[in-house]
Amino acid sequence: MPDTATAVREISFGDAIREALAEEMRRDSHIVLLGEDVAEAGTPFKVVKGLVEEFGTSRVIDTPISEPGFTGLGVGAAMTGLRPVIDIMFGDFLTLVMDQIVNQAAKVHYMSGGAWKVPMVVRATMGATRRSAAQHSQSLHAWPSHVPGLKVVIPSTPYDAKGLLKTAIRDDNPVIFFEDKISYTKVKGPVPDGEYTIPFGVADIKREGRDITLVGTSSMVQVALGAAAMLEEIGISAEVVDPRTLWPLDEKTLVESAKKTSRAIVIDEGSFRYGVTGEIASVIAEGAFYDLDGPVRRIGAMHVPIPFSPALEDVTVPTERDVFEMARTMCNK
Amino acid sequence: MTTAARQAESGVGTAGGSATQDQPYVRMYRQMVAIRLFEERANDLYTRALMPGLAHLYIGEEAVAVGVCEALNRDDYITSTHRGHGHCLAKGAAPNLMFAELLGKEAGYCKGKGGSMHIADPATGNLGANAIVGGGAGIATGAAFSSKYLGTKQVAVCFFGEGALGQGVLYEEMNLAQLWKLPVIYACENNLYNEYTHCSETTAGDMLARPAAFGITAEAVDGQDVRAVHAAATRLVERARRGEGPGFLLLHTYRYRGHHVGDVAREYYRPKQEEQQWMSERDPIALHAEWLIAEGLADRVSLDRIEAELVIDMDKAVEFAVNAPYPDPDKVGEDVYA
Repeated sequence: MPDTATAVREISFGDAIREALAEEMRRDSHIVLLGEDVAEAGTPFKVVKGLVEEFGTSRVIDTPISEPGFTGLGVGAAMTGLRPVIDIMFGDFLTLVMDQIVNQAAKVHYMSGGAWKVPMVVRATMGATRRSAAQHSQSLHAWPSHVPGLKVVIPSTPYDAKGLLKTAIRDDNPVIFFEDKISYTKVKGPVPDGEYTIPFGVADIKREGRDITLVGTSSMVQVALGAAAMLEEIGISAEVVDPRTLWPLDEKTLVESAKKTSRAIVIDEGSFRYGVTGEIASVIAEGAFYDLDGPVRRIGAMHVPIPFSPALEDVTVPTERDVFEMARTMCNK
Repeated sequence: MTTAARQAESGVGTAGGSATQDQPYVRMYRQMVAIRLFEERANDLYTRALMPGLAHLYIGEEAVAVGVCEALNRDDYITSTHRGHGHCLAKGAAPNLMFAELLGKEAGYCKGKGGSMHIADPATGNLGANAIVGGGAGIATGAAFSSKYLGTKQVAVCFFGEGALGQGVLYEEMNLAQLWKLPVIYACENNLYNEYTHCSETTAGDMLARPAAFGITAEAVDGQDVRAVHAAATRLVERARRGEGPGFLLLHTYRYRGHHVGDVAREYYRPKQEEQQWMSERDPIALHAEWLIAEGLADRVSLDRIEAELVIDMDKAVEFAVNAPYPDPDKVGEDVYA
């Protein structure tokens, strides 16, 4: 927990994001926020509400519904002295800005031999179960993680969200920052009053355990913690590890935890196939093979477009029960 | 090593770096000849298999880059294209560091990591040549956004070919630029061919009606007339600098060579006669030379002297690049992150 903590408050995930933005914008006048309905509306999720009142419309800027336009503009602004924070209301719309992120932002520094840099943050939402159907529910964080030149952040708690967003804004590289929509109001946690940042590439052990490692990302950290509580009741001690950033990835902490417990499950809300669970499972398998009791297992979203009907949608995302059952089987209980 | 340091070490200045102060129109001639000589050498390096990848030559379009860039300050920004050597040189890039980049050498502008299609140079405001068609639109508009936000009065020019008129992001950027009155000039080089396809087969309606729809001040210009290009660019740049918003230049020009050096058999998409006609009747360098002589601003001897000096400079620049070392393979992982 924070070493500079003075008073510690319970705030929501969304409030933590807003605090990080406000504090950084007070600190550095080169930070501007661009996105659809970010000003007076504060986005549909109300996460940035109040910022326009403090920083004005020259810094909290409502854009047209034009994701490639304002993201591309952000790349150029970042190259020429500003630190834009781009708001992609629904992470699904990342598909619209892939050229700006993948071919432009991620490549500028390398292609120019280090001559130009792109200190830009793209905030995008993720997460299903809001009954929003296939185009407003995806978790696409595996995509930017596949692209060298980008950094990818995926916090699970208010404390991590605030500290990591401040680090993202101060980073000289393009950072894609994923925020779970449900967590905005549902997840609350302790956040100190004082200033702090969290470095990239440092995983956090959310719960210590001996028998099995549960690696979770974003809202799946809560799922893993819930499963760990259920497992405790049947005598299984689960360790929950949150990588917090997908790139850079803290391979050491993941491997060490798996070596200690000898079993691992990776849980992520992205589609199961060709995604984050596969990458992290391979890191653990390669690094901890001789200490493992069995194969690393994975739980991701079902490989279907996310359906609308609650009866259908709920079966597509990993649950505490899924994790509990798999862990119990792996521990022979 | 910084660009300036590399330039000092190699002892070769920029294309415009004449010891004598040229009269502005003579300087434009010098710049155009420099680009053509550069491109002829790029062609030579490519056909001698010294240049890897692809070479998209700017020959025939020199008046566009020079006319526009001569209307800019050194700290104004440009974004360039896959056919970008002319823009980079016109903005002040050093030929030796460009050749070095074309050959994939460590001394090149991008340390050999970008190549012909990605020359970038902060010292001359060059935000980078971009190999995604229309890829510079966001970057140039963003640079203009910074200029306005920071109050620096810099102007950004986005060079693109008429092929980029098919890309949606261009219109998104034009919309933002006009909404927010950003100091950016969209310079559309209409060389008639989207790669191997005539623009009439790809572009519906009137090209100039597109910027007009956004309320952007637009001008169509003879892109083979460097003075006309310069005059129009100056008008739009000055109004952008005054805070009056973006501009759009439609520059009618012609690509003498193929889409790239290897595009030799091209009769299937354009007749040889058309190429001959542009080269013999509409050559920007020949037309400008005639005008300079007629106006008494230069004579044949002085223009020949300019070319002879540039030949020496360019040959030296090629020699520098050919002799420069390749990057150490260990450096492949550098510059991925700042």
